[in-house]
Amino acid sequence: MSVPIAYFLVVSAALFTIGSVGVLVRRNALVIFMSIELQLNAVNLALVAFSRMHGALDGQVLAFFSMVVAAAEVVVGLAIIVAVYRRRRSADVDDVSLLRW
Amino acid sequence: MEAGQIAFWVFAPVSIGSAIAMLLQRNAVYAALFLIVNFFTLAVFYLLLSAPFLFVVQIIVYAGAIMVLFLFVIMLLGVDRDESLVERLRAQRPLAIVLGLAVLVELVVAIRAGVGFATKGPVDFDRTVNGAGNVEALSRVLFREYFFPFEVTSVLLIVAAIAAMLLAHRRRSAAGDDEVVA
Repeated sequence: MSVPIAYFLVVSAALFTIGSVGVLVRRNALVIFMSIELQLNAVNLALVAFSRMHGALDGQVLAFFSMVVAAAEVVVGLAIIVAVYRRRRSADVDDVSLLRW
Repeated sequence: MEAGQIAFWVFAPVSIGSAIAMLLQRNAVYAALFLIVNFFTLAVFYLLLSAPFLFVVQIIVYAGAIMVLFLFVIMLLGVDRDESLVERLRAQRPLAIVLGLAVLVELVVAIRAGVGFATKGPVDFDRTVNGAGNVEALSRVLFREYFFPFEVTSVLLIVAAIAAMLLAHRRRSAAGDDEVVA
């Protein structure tokens, strides 16, 4: 183990930032969803890095749980996107504006 | 320079570069492929952080199952759709980039204050914590301290599967349900 833990955390922070900018900037619902996945993975990397730093496996277990939850979230999210696409014939989030004032 | 260091400095630019490429890519299929590259580099990071089980799970579950699901839905919805370039909110794009940079700076400052750039993990992690192998050690923690949450996740998966079936199910009898309401 020669790389300091903070380097992994910086990569994780960069990936999280890119993911959040992606959520804010992109319009395609699928790409927004992929950016959310990127954010989840960045947090997983931080969890595993902290687990390595503290010499305990709890962080890895938590990352494992977060992967399970992410899998469930992807399934439901993609189903919602498909359902919206069936109604609106569009995967663009600007078209789903029924609740706008 | 040691093998771990070389691997980190090779894969860290690939990781961030593929994430930025995903952000800038107009075509959703290419964005998904860049995201797969990014997930592979994250798997390598897990290996460097002595988490071989998560390395395998990352490749099988994320780069395999989840991204195949993504590509499947992209194909289902049609690939040739480009995003509209009409700006609904004028200052949204530059503001998002500025706020993103602010978040990045804040996180790096927090890492510097909380962890410090010299901190390394315990040297004998693989011998003490991962003693009999990472999978054995992980399962010991998972099935003792975290047994109840583990069981709850199985309920979560069943609920998610049922929800997906319910949401994506096409009702044939209900008239006009499939029609475009836009």
